[in-house]
Parts: sequence; C-alpha cells; structure tokens
Amino acid sequence: MSHTTVTGGAAPGGTTRAATRARRPARALPWARGAAGVVVFLLLAEAAGRLGVISRSALPLTSAVLARAVLLAGNGRFLADLGATVEAWAAGMAITVAAGVPLGLLLGALPGVRVATRAIVEFLRPIPSVALILLVSLLLGPGLRMSATLIVYGAIWPVLYNTIAGIDDVDPVAKETHRAFGFSRLDTIRMVSLPSAAPFIATGIRLASAVAIILDIATGYVTGPINGPGIGAYIAQQSSGTSDLTVILAATFWAGILGLALDLLLTGAQRRLLRWHHTRLGETG
Amino acid sequence: MLEVTNLTRAFGHGAAAHTAIEAVSLSVAHGELVSIVGPSGCGKSTLLRCIAGLIAPTGGRVVLRGVPVHDVPDGLAVVLQDYGRSLYPWLTVRDNVALPLRRTLRGRAARRTAADASLAAVALAGVGDKYPWQLSGGMQQRVAIARALACDPALLLMDEPFGSVDAQTREDLEDLVLRVRRERDITILLVTHDIDESVYVGDRVIVLTPGPGRVRADLPVRLPESRDQIITKELPDFVRLRTEVSRLVRSRDTRAVS
Repeated sequence: MSHTTVTGGAAPGGTTRAATRARRPARALPWARGAAGVVVFLLLAEAAGRLGVISRSALPLTSAVLARAVLLAGNGRFLADLGATVEAWAAGMAITVAAGVPLGLLLGALPGVRVATRAIVEFLRPIPSVALILLVSLLLGPGLRMSATLIVYGAIWPVLYNTIAGIDDVDPVAKETHRAFGFSRLDTIRMVSLPSAAPFIATGIRLASAVAIILDIATGYVTGPINGPGIGAYIAQQSSGTSDLTVILAATFWAGILGLALDLLLTGAQRRLLRWHHTRLGETG
Repeated sequence: MLEVTNLTRAFGHGAAAHTAIEAVSLSVAHGELVSIVGPSGCGKSTLLRCIAGLIAPTGGRVVLRGVPVHDVPDGLAVVLQDYGRSLYPWLTVRDNVALPLRRTLRGRAARRTAADASLAAVALAGVGDKYPWQLSGGMQQRVAIARALACDPALLLMDEPFGSVDAQTREDLEDLVLRVRRERDITILLVTHDIDESVYVGDRVIVLTPGPGRVRADLPVRLPESRDQIITKELPDFVRLRTEVSRLVRSRDTRAVS
C-alpha cells in the first residue's frame, strides 16, 4: 500500500513539480487497485463457499461474516470491547513512546552504556510478551495496568532499536557543525540528533503500534473477560460458548479494520510532522 | 588575534599512531585573511578542528584573543566543505541561519530579522522559506556562510568551503568572501587545496608539508586590495606567487610519492 500523498500548498518551488508527478500514478491508482484486489478476494472466497470448494462448516460464507460484522457495529457491548482495546493501545503506546525514545537517545548517545546493558537487553528482548501474561496477571492483577504493561514490554523494542539506529545514523558533520556554534552536547542531541533520527523513530512507532494491538488482543484472549472488556476477551467468550465461527470472524474482521485505521492515523501524523523528509524523498526519487 | 604554538595532534597509540600535524606555529593578526594550503592528507582539517576547539591537540596550544582555547570559543564560526551535510534538512533556510542565534539572541522575531539580514548579505534575500535541499549547491554554501555570519563572529574558519561547487560558482563565492571581509570586522582562516584560490583571496599564504603537516612556508601576498577574477590573475605578481606556492606544494608531493 503506497499511498504517497504529497501535500502541496505551502511548500514552495520544486515541491509542486514533485506533487504533480506523484499525483497521477501514486494517489488515485493504488487506492483503486487495492480496493479492487479486496473485492476480488472477497468474491473468490464467497464463490469458493457457495460452490462447495470450502465446506461452510469449516469457513462461513464471506457474505454471512460481513453481514454479521455490520450487525456487530451496532452492538453496544461489542463497541465497548472495541473501545477498551483502543484505550489499552493508546495507554500502552503512550508509555512505550515516552519510555522508548528517551531510553534510545540515552543508549544511542552513550555507547558505553549501550555495551554495558547489551547482555540484559538481549536476554529480555526475545522473551515473548505472551509468555509473560500469567506472570504479569499474578503480579499486577487484571485490568488496564496489566494490558498496558504487556503492550509496553512487547512494543518498546522497535521504538528503542529504531531510535538507537536513528542516532547512529546522524551525520557527524551535522553534529560537529552544531558543536562549533558553541552548543553543549545535550543541546546537540536535542536540536540535531533527535530531529535527524525522527523518521527512524516514526517507523519504530508504527511497528510498535501493530505489536500493541496484537498483544492487547492476545492478552484478552488468554485471560478472557476477567481482564475487563476488549476484542480479545470478546472473541474468547464467543469461542468458549457457542463456538459460532461467523461471529468470531466478524470480530476478527473488526480487529483488522482497527489495526488498519490506527496505522493510517499514525502514517498521516508522520507525513504531517515529517513533511521535510517525505517531500525530500519524493524529489530525489 | 590568533596564536598557534607548536601545535601537534596525533591519532591512535603505539605502532598504529599517526601524526596529522606536528609543531605547527602560526599567528594571524586582527582583520587578516590567511589561506592555508597543502597537499591532501597534510592535516589541514585537523589543524582547523584544533583551532575551533572541536578536538584537543596532543601538544602545543591555541590562544584566541589572549585566551587559551580548550573548548569551542565564543566569537567563532565554522564553514565546512560539505554544505549538504552541515545544513539541517528539517529546518527552512531561515531557521538554519537563525539556529546558532538561539544561544545568543533572545526572541524568535529578533532571530528571524537577524537571519534575514544575514541572508540578504549573501544575496539570498527571499529564499528564507525554502528548504536547503531545494537550492543549488552554490546557494546552499551561501546559506552556510550566511549562518556563520549571522552570529557576527570575530574569527571565521573555512575548511575547503568551495571544494564541491563548479568553477564559476567557486569564483563567485571567493568574491563573496572578499566582500564580506571588506564590509565586516572579521578575521578569516581559509583552508584550501586550490593554489590559485589561496593566493587570490589571501593576505598571506601558509603552505603545509605533506603529513605530518608542518609549516613549510609563510608567504605574504603583495597584490592590490581590490581583486578581480580576470585582472588580478593576469598580474605578474599573482603568477609569480601562484607558481612559487605550486612548486612548494608539488615538490613535497613528489617526495611523498617516491
């Protein structure tokens, strides 16, 4: 999905040329193609069900799942579950960014500290958050605190590592020039390293966002409704009770839409905040 | 103004040690424009970085306006060859020029005004809202010069500032530096590998030997104050001096090769 929206307007000079170049192939076509791809896929799935290629008991008809998804959108309880997942995502992401970026700056700016902490970090990182669900639920008890903790544990790595990579990538000439103006090291980190690393950090945050949704749903799915509402808890309940595949798939459909919407939100924010970066890339090819 | 005494800088230790400059002594008077020229690898940039306080020398000392240099001193500005890397792509041209002022000048509006004045001084009024990467190489280097001038430095250090622009732009930038120097109370130290340039812009030319760099010669430039790219370069004095500098630089080159 390359929806290269070059926002023209205020940007002067060369940008307008880049915008017109990008508009025709990049703006309209991929959207139309992407939508056509989805429609064709759904039609094929529907046909496979109706023609008996795939047994209806194994996989409900696409039309049935979509109809159920529309019904779910009007279901107050399900909407509360959806809202709770968004809330846990937002809380987890806020802590992830607030902790991951400064930590990444610290480790990126002080290679000594990075070497000293490498063993601990490399030990902690491969432990999947899902494996910690029971431990954390025993330590913290169910609720938003537990979901947020697990999200931060899983989602902080891409933010941390991308921030470090971004700091490593800062041009030494840029830093030296800044220091030659008499600024302190801390000023240089704040005024040069951080903005220079911003595109890396933004990518890390988007990767973390996907991890955060997965972890919230997985946590809810493992603990069930004890951990409070959420899409995971909803799916767990539906599968333990009636085992109605249609409603499970409909809820899963909304989980996918939610992930897509949150990613579009972050992509939009990234393009707005880092317009200098995206316009420049658009110009140089 | 500037006194450099027995300055030595080595990198690494033991067998891998490499001495970039060795016992370099030179002095620059207030208001002078001194060119430093030498073959590549003679430690020109190391010398400049030591004077700027960006790296500490392993021996000798730098005294600027009577004060020994340990860290980056006040009243100093640096222009490097890589304008593309020293200008910040996330800032507009105006904000790039205003950046060093954040340390010295309070108030956004005041900084903005100062930045615009500095841009006008290098004939770039009107491009303040653009981003550096939207400008040509020569214009970007003028932005870097405007930024250096914005904080009104007493000493301007330039490290091969025109090394990566075309010949025509290079001559224009040389004339820009001469004009700035006439209009302001500023001392300039310019490192270059271009012999014509060193003579054309300089009051004095200091020739370094190939690595480790030592002062090979310190030659006064006896040319009329007002210089012109065509007329000055035809003068017998110019031709004689550029030949002498060339011989000094090249003779060492061959010896380094053999």
